[in-house]
Amino acid sequence: MPDTRYLLAAVAVSAAVTWALRALPFTALAPLRASRTVQNLSTRMPAGVMVILLVYCLRDLPLTDPRALAALTALTVTISLHLWRRNALLSILGGTTAHVILATTLVAH
Amino acid sequence: MGLGLVPLGLAFGIVVAHSGLAWWWASLFTTAIYAGSFEFLLVALVGALAPLGTVALTAFLVNVRHVFYALSFPLRRVHGRLAKTYSTFALTDEAYALATTQQAHSWSTRRILWLQVFLHLYWVGGATAGALLGSLIPDSITGLDFALTALFTVLALDAIRDRRADLPTPVLALLSALAARLALPGQMLLTAFTLFTAGLLARHLATSKSPTHA
Repeated sequence: MPDTRYLLAAVAVSAAVTWALRALPFTALAPLRASRTVQNLSTRMPAGVMVILLVYCLRDLPLTDPRALAALTALTVTISLHLWRRNALLSILGGTTAHVILATTLVAH
Repeated sequence: MGLGLVPLGLAFGIVVAHSGLAWWWASLFTTAIYAGSFEFLLVALVGALAPLGTVALTAFLVNVRHVFYALSFPLRRVHGRLAKTYSTFALTDEAYALATTQQAHSWSTRRILWLQVFLHLYWVGGATAGALLGSLIPDSITGLDFALTALFTVLALDAIRDRRADLPTPVLALLSALAARLALPGQMLLTAFTLFTAGLLARHLATSKSPTHA
């Protein structure tokens, strides 16, 4: 069981690294912001960034395993709900519920 | 929209409770670090008593993508030193996704900050509740971590719909992510972001040289 001092140090280190990565580039990249190239990039980046993060979440999906079926079904549920209702909370709850039910029952057998 | 963080926070809290840590660690983690996907990893790292250097390196690799957010997050519309400090501290994927939409172009300092504060509260509140409830949920219930996948699915769909004329961009991102997964699985995020940014840059330079560029 990790002790309190170690856990506090781990939290402090993580917080410092994360904040530095978020704050420092604003100073370092400031001269770039006026460029038309960067402005073009910055309008296109958000959609791509989220696609990459989604693929990252699914990176270790074992395609021959029942767990992959659970994840792919839950992904379909999430996408369908979101295209249908456009309600983020509903889509996330629906997809996660589907995944928990499938993963729990498939892994148990 | 930000309410999507509540089920994610609940899932995180339950993971913390099942790891054997006291419930209030979930509150402390989410308040002080506030980086969803990394925090799921952190619970596994501290559970294995990983050295602090490994914790720092993992935090760097998982969160280095935030470097790219400085290019488009509207921090210049956030005024005041304290406000800027909090705004960069709370620059999560969700805050970035919401503050870079078309409709956010007219948002004031106050609007951007309140968005971030609410996202933060949803995340801390969800995690705390999840950790408190976690001991009631048997270990055999698995798969809650899908909440993170579902969150990114929703954010991706919304961002694509926001600029639906620009389908090549998400396709380029998908190809970058798949290439990174196959070529450098250990450094997938950093590789994918670098490939994607380079691809966008190449495309921009190619189209801006053509005479039809508007």
